[in-house]
Amino acid sequence: MIRLRFRYTKLGKIRFIGHRDLARVWERALRRSELPVASTEGFSPRPKVHFGLALSTGFESLGEYLDVDLTEDADEASIASGPDLAAQVTPLLPEGMDVQMVQHIDRGQSLQAAVAVCSWRIEVGGVSPTVLADRVGTLMSAEVVEMVRTRKERTTEQDIRPSLQLLEVDGPVERVTWDEGSLLFAELRTAPPGLKVAELLELIAPEAVESRVCRTHQWIEGDGARQEPLSLATHPPYAGMRAS
Amino acid sequence: MDSLWPHLEKLLPRVQKPARYIGCEDGAVHPVPEPGQVSWLLVYPDTYEIGLPNQGLQILYEILNENPQAVAERSYAPWTDLDALMRSEGIPLFSVDTHRSAGSFDVVAFNLSAELTYTNLLNCIDLAGIPVRTEHRDGSHPLVLAGGHCTYNPEPLADFLDAVVLGDGEEVVTEITAVIADWRQSDPTGGSRHEVLRALAKVPGVYVPSMYHVAYDGPHLRSVTPRFADIPERVEKRTIADLADWPYPRRQLVPVTEVVHDRLNVEVFRGCTRGCRFCQAGMITRPVRERPADQVRQMIADGLRRTGYDEVALTSLSSADYSGIGEVVSDTVRSSSAGRPVSVALPSLRVDAFTVGVAAEIGRARRTGLTFAPEAGTWRMRQVINKLISDDDLYGAVESAYSQGWRRMKLYFLTGLPTETDEDTLGIAELARQCVALGRKHTKSASVTVSVGGFVPKPFTPFQWFGQNTVAELSRKIGLLKDDLRRSSGVQLKWHDPKATLVEGIVSRGDRRLGVVIEDVWRHGGLFQEWSEHFELGRWMDAMERHGLSPDWYVHRHRTEDEVLPWDHLSAGLHKDFLWQDWRDSLESVGLEDCRWTPCYDCGACTGYGIEHIVASAVPPAGGSQGTGQGIVTAPSPVAVPAAVPVVLGGSGR
Repeated sequence: MIRLRFRYTKLGKIRFIGHRDLARVWERALRRSELPVASTEGFSPRPKVHFGLALSTGFESLGEYLDVDLTEDADEASIASGPDLAAQVTPLLPEGMDVQMVQHIDRGQSLQAAVAVCSWRIEVGGVSPTVLADRVGTLMSAEVVEMVRTRKERTTEQDIRPSLQLLEVDGPVERVTWDEGSLLFAELRTAPPGLKVAELLELIAPEAVESRVCRTHQWIEGDGARQEPLSLATHPPYAGMRAS
Repeated sequence: MDSLWPHLEKLLPRVQKPARYIGCEDGAVHPVPEPGQVSWLLVYPDTYEIGLPNQGLQILYEILNENPQAVAERSYAPWTDLDALMRSEGIPLFSVDTHRSAGSFDVVAFNLSAELTYTNLLNCIDLAGIPVRTEHRDGSHPLVLAGGHCTYNPEPLADFLDAVVLGDGEEVVTEITAVIADWRQSDPTGGSRHEVLRALAKVPGVYVPSMYHVAYDGPHLRSVTPRFADIPERVEKRTIADLADWPYPRRQLVPVTEVVHDRLNVEVFRGCTRGCRFCQAGMITRPVRERPADQVRQMIADGLRRTGYDEVALTSLSSADYSGIGEVVSDTVRSSSAGRPVSVALPSLRVDAFTVGVAAEIGRARRTGLTFAPEAGTWRMRQVINKLISDDDLYGAVESAYSQGWRRMKLYFLTGLPTETDEDTLGIAELARQCVALGRKHTKSASVTVSVGGFVPKPFTPFQWFGQNTVAELSRKIGLLKDDLRRSSGVQLKWHDPKATLVEGIVSRGDRRLGVVIEDVWRHGGLFQEWSEHFELGRWMDAMERHGLSPDWYVHRHRTEDEVLPWDHLSAGLHKDFLWQDWRDSLESVGLEDCRWTPCYDCGACTGYGIEHIVASAVPPAGGSQGTGQGIVTAPSPVAVPAAVPVVLGGSGR
């Protein structure tokens, strides 16, 4: 069975649609693409698609992923090659969602389980680079960062320091809606305890007037190296599909 | 034309459902108005999820944007959370297409589909930075217009609307655009609004409330008369002669977030002549104009391909009456989307044409929800309201559905109808139980949801003279049903809040004196009144009292034949004496046949406008009794029934 992995963006106004809406948008786009997408069985069949790590509503992304299973009898030769398929599907998606790449992949670990680290670009409005850099320095030099978390009415303290892989303030950033802002790059690990971007911002910039968050990369780790589920740098795309 | 987006996007992370405000629909346009073009903002005064699918608004959006003289964008009422943030940040109402401010448009035009949205309309005008009262506006402000079914009695909103359109909007929006373009050209500074309003009042179908003088006689209305000789005494509705000339929407908007009716919608006909006496839509949209079957098929095929939807609704006031409905349904189901059958939804389904055949065809795809509307629990009651479906028609349809795999369905009823007795009310429970019993023959999990709404008499219907049941009476009847259904498994009862029904009643048949009440309720924070979490009857009662108006007088009393009604200077084509006769007939349980398939009885809707039905089939759909004359008492009714005829008008049914 063929599984296609799509890498796509979520930028601009469309960042405000939630996960369920995103699923519906993809469902309609795939129907219009006329790809032979496999369906679930049952009373109300749905296309067999697998989303990666959910992205908070309102966050942008330069690298989201969707795996799509094709029907058993799908004929490989009749499916457009990667760049062509990307060009074919992008116009079926709302503005701000561009398919950057499509590749035939082996069925393996789910995207959600595979991704170990996410890279984030965050514009923090209303906090100056000096102030933010100071707080980032304090946080990163700490050996333990205790955070109180409530889950199902149970309060626990967790050390979230292991989830903080990298924090870097990269100077000022401007927007019409704020006077002063900072650009922050972050790499956060997904494995427990994990740290959400919103939690990070609560720690180091609680007074921010607005934060603009963009996921720039998702990383899979293995053999001491890391790579993206589909790397844009390692063209030619679609090699896997043609080779098989 | 600055976009407000940078200011808005800062607020969106702080509100519920931010996707309501981003636009981004497939099919949306982002027009940049050129000098000389008239820019329209089409507003649905409720949430995006409710308003986006509105077909009327989408049709006009396309027609206006195809007109070289016009551009059009859309807006919806911001939910209370965003409303509060916008007010504190000084952000006005905006379009979802280019996110520019509502105040920068030439026209702000509202779709009025429900009375309980009226306070939202005022809020939208205010949020746009426009004075809510017409008398406080000047040439720098957009013109505030409205269309839609509620405009058949626009008097409660007369203080707030510059002009109102009656009837089909397809043609008249172009004529209105031309008048406004001329005005803008001749008076670019936009000084006087009087001239443009006067010119608009001469466009057929356009009513300009400020051009009319209202006189009262104590609590009673004496007259509504034009202030100037060139203003028509009576405004007639607009009707497009042939739906085939208007294959809209061609590019139905496909939202990126969940909305109601999230599917392809194809209007198969407009108008209905079944003659149900409670139904305003059926009275004001006559005659029946069917879309040619080939055009329906084409719109379905193009629409599915373009949108990626896998469900089509064939819309109309009674879709099973469409000539050749069976073939269209079966062709559609078999047309397949991405290799799977297409689901077909038939909203407003009359039971008498829902046969096993149609059920089987629809059931080939994912089964859509089924809703039948018997409206009343007994045959006697259905004769009074002229919804002439027999118990057997209903059971036949219900059995068809259960036999084809449906396990539950919805049944819609009205309570508080003229002459209704407790036996009629309890008939609802009995019908529901019988339906479940029929279903149990096919599936153990058979169930029905019974939805009961309090009846609100509407203008331009034979029941416009009827005194609506009180909140106490409606509550008592709902109580009867609750008690009776307590031990009936498989029947779920839902009901509309009688307190909201009272407010609908006040506004539906109100006059201009209600303007201050609506404004008062809005100023006291009464927004989203059709949402139960925001509705509060107290606000309305307090406002009525503050302004010395009696809910009883507006709602509960029976009106007499000689009473001047607030909408008498408007016309849906229907002769008032036809409506009065039909009202008297209803009290005698005398039925009226469907004039689509039987001779004309001259209600006025065709004869007055020189138009006629466009119906492909010369015979009514098979499978039911209506239209065939079967079971209808058509004894000539007494010519003049005394007004004091001893009938129980929806009393307590002792």
